[in-house]
Amino acid sequence: MTANLSVEDLLDAYRTMKTIREFEDRVHVEFAKGGIPGFVHLYAGEEASAAGVGMHLKETDKLASNHRGHGHCIAKGVEVKGMMAEIYGKKTGTCHGKGGSMHIADLDTGMMGANGIVGGGPPLACGAALAAKMKGTDGIAVVFCGDGASNQGTTFEAMNLATVWKLPVVFVFENNGYGEATPSNYAVSCKDIADRAIGFGMPGEIVDGHDFFAVHKAFAKAAERARAGEGPSLLEHKLDRFFGHFEGDNQNYRAKGEVKRLREEVCCLKRFSAEVTDNHGVDQAQLSAIDSEVATLIDEAVAFAENSPEPDLSDLTTDVYINY
Amino acid sequence: MARKITYQQAINEALDQEMARDKSVIIMGEDVAGGSGGDGEMDAWGGVLGVTKGLWGKYGDRVMDTPISEAGYVGAAVGAATAGLRPVCELMFIDFMGVCFDQIYNQAAKFRYMFGGKAETPIVIRTMYGAGFRAAAQHSQCLYNMFTAVPGLKVVIPSSPYDVKGLLIQAMRDNDPVIFCEHKVLYTLEGDVPEESYTIPFGEANIVREGNDVTIVTVGRMVHQAIEAAATLAKEGVSCEVIDLRTTSPLDEETILESVENTGRLVVVDESTPRCSIATDISAIVAQKAFGSLEAPIEMVTAPHTPVPFNGTLEDQYVPSPGKIADAVKIVMGYKA
Repeated sequence: MTANLSVEDLLDAYRTMKTIREFEDRVHVEFAKGGIPGFVHLYAGEEASAAGVGMHLKETDKLASNHRGHGHCIAKGVEVKGMMAEIYGKKTGTCHGKGGSMHIADLDTGMMGANGIVGGGPPLACGAALAAKMKGTDGIAVVFCGDGASNQGTTFEAMNLATVWKLPVVFVFENNGYGEATPSNYAVSCKDIADRAIGFGMPGEIVDGHDFFAVHKAFAKAAERARAGEGPSLLEHKLDRFFGHFEGDNQNYRAKGEVKRLREEVCCLKRFSAEVTDNHGVDQAQLSAIDSEVATLIDEAVAFAENSPEPDLSDLTTDVYINY
Repeated sequence: MARKITYQQAINEALDQEMARDKSVIIMGEDVAGGSGGDGEMDAWGGVLGVTKGLWGKYGDRVMDTPISEAGYVGAAVGAATAGLRPVCELMFIDFMGVCFDQIYNQAAKFRYMFGGKAETPIVIRTMYGAGFRAAAQHSQCLYNMFTAVPGLKVVIPSSPYDVKGLLIQAMRDNDPVIFCEHKVLYTLEGDVPEESYTIPFGEANIVREGNDVTIVTVGRMVHQAIEAAATLAKEGVSCEVIDLRTTSPLDEETILESVENTGRLVVVDESTPRCSIATDISAIVAQKAFGSLEAPIEMVTAPHTPVPFNGTLEDQYVPSPGKIADAVKIVMGYKA
């Protein structure tokens, strides 16, 4: 199952997942302290999904994300200090403080943007895939949607278009069980989102989204199909989020003790650590070294964000157009 | 070398010349080739009114039929624009903006700003607008004012074959998202158009008739109604200056204000419904910035605050006519403080 993953690869995967977890846990803390403005949606619990997909993506591949986008950004290689500063709304942020948590984009690394509109991303990813196809590259696009976006018309239209035009795009549905506060088993009309693939003429697969190896393996197949010009695929990552829909959500729609239990039972980092130290020749010391490296990085990122200047008032009216 | 061709032919020629010049230009839309997947001609329709006819034969896969799925393909065009293509995406009727507006105003229009000045989204959305075809309430509207209100979009509304070619080529070379509004009644209009490729810059209004008594500011098909009114009024000794805005975003305020400072009177003619329209926008700007020059209250000639009717008599009554424009000019001329 991990034949093509070296120890170095596994350590990279761990570093990505750990960075996402530390980033999100820290944003949670700093948000509660009042240092972070606006709407913030955290990805903690879902790290294996972003990391398992991200390891297959080249810098020239494109990724369209959603409101819960920090993990996707990190897995696509967006620089963490710039992200943190962006979330703080600072001039040094990835988008100079004018996008915020819901709009982090870094086109140089192929990150097409988090998105404040549920279902905003799928058509955009189709366009990026079309561009790759028309330029004759083997580039692919991936779009991350939640279970909520699985019910949007734009998503259906994009899946239809992707098959009609045989686009090199992968639709990844991260089904964390809730669209905002409403459970997906209420709001999604079928048992598994993966079943919708057949209606759009593409393969669909259910994947254990807590299992890095399962995600990595399933996406390998979808990416290979896309790069070979065989068209789109749908993957449904079943997973859980460890925080609310947004920061400040009291999560009273969840069962008592649900989050605590999930953190103990389905933590993708714990599971990954046990697997690689037991069966893949990784030393705990190597993981611990990454832990402290990541802790330092996140400390530095927060300090950088806190100490960075606000945008200039004159920035209010810049960059609306390229020329006007 | 100029020769007479139609507004529709001028659009086709602009697309053709720019596709030949720049391989990153692609066309997508419903029936733009018009035969994909069928047993008949591949290039069967060339767009619902034949505007893109012939381009598939020259450019093949760069002219792409889409499903009837505006949110999907307009969004794909936006995504492709961020990834190095220059899509010209056809939204058959402007009325269909309702099913794909998110991809335009929340996505394309905002990338540049939200992403800190690093995104380029060079998409052109060509779309048909306007009454006069007995096409009823969902295929006849003038919704360009809604796009004009959105920061990040440029809005182009050409009135003549010459302008439509030059402005469309400019739109395809522009690096911002452009909404390109074509009046369906103008497609058969003939005019002098140079054979060679040329551009007309955005934000430069065209004074299509000079005059000293009243300024008429208008755009699109209404330019022709205003010219007709002005010709009639000239015989009665009233000298009208007619300004064709060409683009409502960016807007050439300077030309409007200079003209009103000279004439002291303003009539704005807009085929849109009256509230929150180009007419109210221009009126507000002039009232604020040239108040001291005004010798009479501003008059606005617009459609009524109703949907577009199907019945021909009613539709003709709906559209601002040369007669109504002339009446408005007479009101501002006759005003006594």
